[in-house]
Amino acid sequence: MGAVNNMTQQTNDTFNIAGKDFSSRLIVGTGKYKDFEETARAVEASGVEIVTVAVRRVNVTDPNQPMLVDYLDPKKYTYLPNTAGCFTADDAIRTLRLAREAGGWNLVKLEVLGDQKTLYPNMIETLQATEVLIKEGFDVMVYCSDDPIMAKRLEDLGCCAIMPLGAPIGSGLGIQNPVQIRLIVEQANVPVLVDAGVGTASDAAVAMELGCDGVLMNTAIADAKDPIAMARAMKLAVEAGRLAYHAGRMPKKLYADPSSPLAGLI
Amino acid sequence: MIEITLNGDPHQISEGQNLVKLLQELNLDPTKVAIERNLEIVPKTTYQDVTLLKGDKLEIVHFIGGGK
Repeated sequence: MGAVNNMTQQTNDTFNIAGKDFSSRLIVGTGKYKDFEETARAVEASGVEIVTVAVRRVNVTDPNQPMLVDYLDPKKYTYLPNTAGCFTADDAIRTLRLAREAGGWNLVKLEVLGDQKTLYPNMIETLQATEVLIKEGFDVMVYCSDDPIMAKRLEDLGCCAIMPLGAPIGSGLGIQNPVQIRLIVEQANVPVLVDAGVGTASDAAVAMELGCDGVLMNTAIADAKDPIAMARAMKLAVEAGRLAYHAGRMPKKLYADPSSPLAGLI
Repeated sequence: MIEITLNGDPHQISEGQNLVKLLQELNLDPTKVAIERNLEIVPKTTYQDVTLLKGDKLEIVHFIGGGK
């Protein structure tokens, strides 16, 4: 009975962002790939439903360059415009207003960076931008520091997902802050996704085992020797971590505990 | 001809030109871009009605690959 129930549970294990159900708990970025073909193949292998995209000026001198939308169908994938590269609330707001007009949907990812070297979020600007965007009807997924007080504030402002970093963007250092991530997960009433820091599959599994609703990554896949294989590894790791979280891990013990019965030993 | 600023660079257009015409000239698909004019978003439905004026600052953007 267990197997059947678990299978059903797994199929129904969706999470909801801004009123829409998603069954893949992995979100991937579409930057840093060799070309659009590789981007498309990695996205396919990762099994995601949401991809992050950037908003940039069109090249008016060469408008016939290939476009991302020609390789990743916006009808098949939910495009999540993000404000990567914005260092002020004003720039982030402008970017997302343009994104909404370009795409025609309200779901966006806000990130306001504070420092070129660490790419740490500037939380003061992030809070300011959040207030304006929520007032303007955006559904805001927000990149933030791993401070539970900040995370709560962002949720109270109306963000539809809280996305703390696990390590600096693009560092691939893995989840450096399991305590903070767990605290944020425990208190949140909206999805929590680790956004940044994952380097390999086990990192993604760790994030999910902490109870995160999902993981967002880009470099870990794009900078792998074989991005397509890593995309699939990440898909499996997120699923495995989620299942392990639900399964409930065994308690840690200080000493050995044999798993074969001691009775009947010759 | 009048001069506007297009994506940060000076750009010459003929007087009385609207946004539909400009996008045609630039060979850009209006469904794939968004336009900001003097820091205000221009709704796609109004491109026909927006006549460009000397000194206008335009940003024309689209989605590209990007993560963080």
